[in-house]
Amino acid sequence: MGRIADAFENARKEDRAALVIYLCAGDPDLDTTAELVVAAAEAGADVIELGVPFSDPTADGPTIQRAAERSLRGGTTLSKVLDTVRVIRGRTDVPILLFGYYNPILSYGEQKLVDDAADSGADGFLVVDLPPEESAGLRGPAVERGLDFVPLVAPTSNPERIAQAAEAATSFIYYVSMTGVTGSKAVDLASASERAGTLQRELARPVAIGFGVKTKDDVATVAPHVDGVVVGSAVVSAIEDATSPEAAVGSVRELVSELAQGLSRQ
Amino acid sequence: MRYVLRLMQPPEPASGRYGPYGGRYVAETLMPALDELTQAYQESQRDAAFQAELDTLLHQYAGRETPTYFASRLSAEIGSRIWLKREDLCHTGAHKVNNTLGQILLAKRMGKTRIIAETGAGQHGVATATACALMGLPCEVFMGAEDIRRQAPNVRRMELLGAQVHSVTSGSSTLKDAMNEALRDWVTNVRTTHYCVGSVAGPHPYPVIVRDFQAVIGQEARAQMLEQAGRLPDAVVACVGGGSNAMGIFAGFIDDESVRLIGVEAAGDGIETGHHAAPLCAGSVGVLHGAKSYVLQSPDGQIVEAHSISAGLDYPGVGPEHAWLKDTGRATYGSVTDDAALDAFQQLCRTEGIIPALETSHAFAYLPTIAAELGPDADILVCLSGRGDKDLETVIEKLGERG
Repeated sequence: MGRIADAFENARKEDRAALVIYLCAGDPDLDTTAELVVAAAEAGADVIELGVPFSDPTADGPTIQRAAERSLRGGTTLSKVLDTVRVIRGRTDVPILLFGYYNPILSYGEQKLVDDAADSGADGFLVVDLPPEESAGLRGPAVERGLDFVPLVAPTSNPERIAQAAEAATSFIYYVSMTGVTGSKAVDLASASERAGTLQRELARPVAIGFGVKTKDDVATVAPHVDGVVVGSAVVSAIEDATSPEAAVGSVRELVSELAQGLSRQ
Repeated sequence: MRYVLRLMQPPEPASGRYGPYGGRYVAETLMPALDELTQAYQESQRDAAFQAELDTLLHQYAGRETPTYFASRLSAEIGSRIWLKREDLCHTGAHKVNNTLGQILLAKRMGKTRIIAETGAGQHGVATATACALMGLPCEVFMGAEDIRRQAPNVRRMELLGAQVHSVTSGSSTLKDAMNEALRDWVTNVRTTHYCVGSVAGPHPYPVIVRDFQAVIGQEARAQMLEQAGRLPDAVVACVGGGSNAMGIFAGFIDDESVRLIGVEAAGDGIETGHHAAPLCAGSVGVLHGAKSYVLQSPDGQIVEAHSISAGLDYPGVGPEHAWLKDTGRATYGSVTDDAALDAFQQLCRTEGIIPALETSHAFAYLPTIAAELGPDADILVCLSGRGDKDLETVIEKLGERG
């Protein structure tokens, strides 16, 4: 079992959901990203989704769009993100899921990326615009190197597509809570969690729910139903609002420990 | 469509591939909607009543068929016989309406209650707003802030037609960013909304649907050339941004091996400056807006901004079928600069009394290159994809800068 599956398993043993925290690599800069990952892990993040910025993030709302723009202006590339993963690996074992869009991956080369990602200590991939139909070129080599491939299921996915996602999953399935982009408001998390919980039972695989989860209360709403909960835009906002990189690390540490308080199922 | 069967496997319903190009690189949320659209489109193709309704609209509402016209004074200056397929005479002033009438009819058939679209020059936005007004559906158009500035008359037109125009300020504030924003809206409202894509770009089935709705251009033009010129043209020329007018006219001639198909991209300030919109001529293979094709990108796979005087060509990607036509050699692609397009714009005004769109002017600017090769006995058919009233402000400003 890989580090990601282990993290979900450990959380389950503690009778809580696993906390997955999204950070956009290179926002505000890559050195700070390493500090943010370490701080988030220390504060209770079980898995880090490390966003690889893309110029045209069509699944992201304004908050993560702005983070990607800041990061790209600072010169972040996929190759530099992998260097940062290497730095992080010297300091923490928290599982790192590379999260992003397909074009930078295609440009880097799928096989080369899998090799370099494995060597850097990354644990897997989640590619927003790579549905199962198009994913063989990345998923095949990834699985061969023991890296995870995390598929998405949306509220619009029909049973055939859900089965396809379950087939493609190697650790957990990412359930998108609503039709929309990241960071949207007014999500009915309670009913989304119930649907995701049903899915998790049916598929007998860990499901993490993301999109629109922002607060400790949101986490507490989700935690009883599924094995994982993803918080992204709220973390990115905390970084955006911070007055310095040091302050950003402090804010994220504080936010993650607060979110972690909502994970328990007891 | 026959060439599709001969040169390659027909686009797979599930993946929509043209060789290695095309496909569906979109968020999972949209995948079922693309399946639904594919199925609805295929059913509509077999439905005689649907086809009859579309034909009637194209004829009685949009003004088809459009003429093919022999441009004698332009021919004298260019040095080959030049024929113009007059899509500028379509209702709304460009070929875009061929596609929007088809797609909005399809959306109604699918029970969608809201329409969104992206637009660059505003021609597709106007054509979508027009079809929505005609069929009584609410319409929202995403348009880059930069394009809103340079295509102000089209913004007013869309508003008069009852559409809501959203100014997009992310990225380069042009067509690419408008399409990003339209995709974000679609992913949010996918259950009720049809996304009316304006070019042969985007995820499958859009490149197929838009090509098929635009194929009427080439089908008419082929029959008109046979009747009026007594022969097929030696070359068919069209400008290429996303590539819908080019695919539309190419579709009529793709099985005629003697007919050269030539697409003209926007070279902006010049290919060598890096400020251009010519992914087929100077880009590389990538994935943008749901399809694999040629794109303009950095060495790290970030999409870079396109540059063109023409808002409708100012796009860093191109339809996947063009990528395949390029690789197979069935079509060839050249490029012309902003300056050359401006010269051609004035030339057509002066010689034929026709004010072409700046997009279209790129096709005209390439004619001397083709004529030099084919000579005075060649017949060259140009897709005059749109009229240029919308561009007057830009043209006057640029000509003023030249002094």
